[in-house]
Amino acid sequence: MLGGVSEPTVAPIAADPAGFPGPDELAAALERTGYLPDEGLATAAYLALVMHRPLFLEGEAGVGKTALAHALAQITGRPIYRLQCYEGLEASQALYDWDFGRQLLHLRAAEAAHATTDTESLEASLYDRRFLLARPLLQALEDSPSVLLVDEVDRADDEFEAFLLEVLSDFTISIPELGTVRATTPPLVVLTSNRTREVHDALKRRCLYHWLQHPDFDREVAILRRRLPDVTEQLAREVARATATLRTLDLLKPPGIAESMDWATALHTLGARDLDPDLAARTLGAVLKYREDTERVQSLAKGAIFGG
Amino acid sequence: MVDTVLGFARTLRHAGVPASPDRVEAMLQALGSLDVLDPGAVYWAGRLTLCSGPDDLDRYDAAFAVYFSGERPRAPRTAGQPEIQLAASAPLEEGPGDGGDEETEAPDLAVQASADEVLRHRDVAELTPAERAHLRRLFALLAPATPVRPSRRRRPNAQGAVHQARTVRRALRSGGEVTRLLHHRRQDRPRRVVLLVDVSGSMAPYADALLRFAHAAVRARPSSTEVFTIGTRLTRVTREMRLRDPDRALAASGSAIPDWSGGTRLGEVLKAFLDRWGQRGTARGAVVIVCSDGWERGGTELLGEQMARLRRLAHAVVWVNPHKGRSGYEPLTGGMQAALPSVDHFVSGHSMAAFEELTGVIQHA
Repeated sequence: MLGGVSEPTVAPIAADPAGFPGPDELAAALERTGYLPDEGLATAAYLALVMHRPLFLEGEAGVGKTALAHALAQITGRPIYRLQCYEGLEASQALYDWDFGRQLLHLRAAEAAHATTDTESLEASLYDRRFLLARPLLQALEDSPSVLLVDEVDRADDEFEAFLLEVLSDFTISIPELGTVRATTPPLVVLTSNRTREVHDALKRRCLYHWLQHPDFDREVAILRRRLPDVTEQLAREVARATATLRTLDLLKPPGIAESMDWATALHTLGARDLDPDLAARTLGAVLKYREDTERVQSLAKGAIFGG
Repeated sequence: MVDTVLGFARTLRHAGVPASPDRVEAMLQALGSLDVLDPGAVYWAGRLTLCSGPDDLDRYDAAFAVYFSGERPRAPRTAGQPEIQLAASAPLEEGPGDGGDEETEAPDLAVQASADEVLRHRDVAELTPAERAHLRRLFALLAPATPVRPSRRRRPNAQGAVHQARTVRRALRSGGEVTRLLHHRRQDRPRRVVLLVDVSGSMAPYADALLRFAHAAVRARPSSTEVFTIGTRLTRVTREMRLRDPDRALAASGSAIPDWSGGTRLGEVLKAFLDRWGQRGTARGAVVIVCSDGWERGGTELLGEQMARLRRLAHAVVWVNPHKGRSGYEPLTGGMQAALPSVDHFVSGHSMAAFEELTGVIQHA
């Protein structure tokens, strides 16, 4: 499987079972769920769906990488399985594990019934599907078609990456005691990375790569309005403008769309109808997450950023 | 259409984006599912399949604009994102008297053993081309050991927590009787090592040796070592450094570094490193080695600030200053003064012996 040219899989050019004739229709469907993609992201998601290729999303924290997977699950009506990566993640936490406690109990029960003479059948009964605990990757393949979200793949170590590669290249998992599990329809896989580590080229090669940027002003206002319908138009516009300004200030952690939503919610909760400098300064903790950043913004002319 | 795409892939490879055949195949497949007459669709089909990192995106945009001479359907990048330019080819600095290496190599250095011993302690800036060439071969013998940290991954071991899977599997062999508990425990993993090598004019006599040291470090642990060069800008040369042959690795790095022997803006470049790599994870928990003379053109306030930030992220910060090897050296330059409070180990890096010492410092950092 590794190395060499990938297998020439036949692209289903005809409409996908999910029924999106093109990226535009997919974008429209996503918009109905409250996720507003731009042209590039819509094309990426569409291609991932029709080409059965994993979608590799990179970008600043809080630009909506994880949210996209959830929105895609919603529009395709598929169940979503999420695998949160972390260092030391092992096959037993990502794929499957045997329920050892129950296996031992089963053994004891067999012993009590004096059924331990036939070791062959005893072993077969021990490695039965009912003693198998399915973890996200196996769940996603068994419950096909599904959406599989491999979140923050950069946090897992490279051993895990090699092993993920194996699963993503042919969407099968072989369990020595049981046999091979194959997805009837390959799951729609979304991998996200915050780029804390360079993910290996071999994994990226199998994926469609997309770099997500902060949304532009109009899109951000639209997202805020859509996600927070109670917030006034005026407040949404001013929060979007202030957040855009904050992003140009060269901060340690520029605010993402998640932060601007938090901020708008915080301001709205305090009863603000527009961005008033005093309230803005008091709620700054919703957007800025570093003391250095807060000090920097406070030292700059507040009016310049928070003014209407 | 296939010819057009293949031609475009060739242009792209020239621009430095490694568009491998399987990626090109993926692009063709993507185009099959999209409207080929829509320039936007062609742009995205290529970008999604041929690029593999943010560094590739600007090169892709430039190549796309040139090849299809169409307009870019994408808004220019936001101001927060530093513009990445195509690396201009810069000749690799060979030190004084370059070019004559091959001819002058043979005659001298007849008495190898003692010459090696003397050479190990000589300042690399004062070497003749022949000695320099010989020292290069000594570099191949340098094996930088890597520092370790505890991993979360567990392996079978005589001690530690009970390994359920192995215990049950063993119990099965004896008809379900647990006769022995098997264990597993956490193992050590290599800690990341990040080298920031100053390639500005004032460091030119040492840059070659330092990059060779970096190459030896990358070869020893390719997956946990990162190398960047600093000067007027930041360049990641890890990929080039992974080439097996040191001369080819250095030549490849040389053509990737646009600011060879230029000025220094240590503070700004360090900030660029921390913004784009360090804070995201490259510097977290790592042993960071800054190889520089601390000669800062601008003010030193930014440098001090960024060094403090680096110190908070990294496991240990090592500063290598080749001038420290000279007798009577005092860290008086403004940059050094600003950086020293945030440095754990301050070492010299002027001779082979100093590099050997440095490997010890890195290992126990």
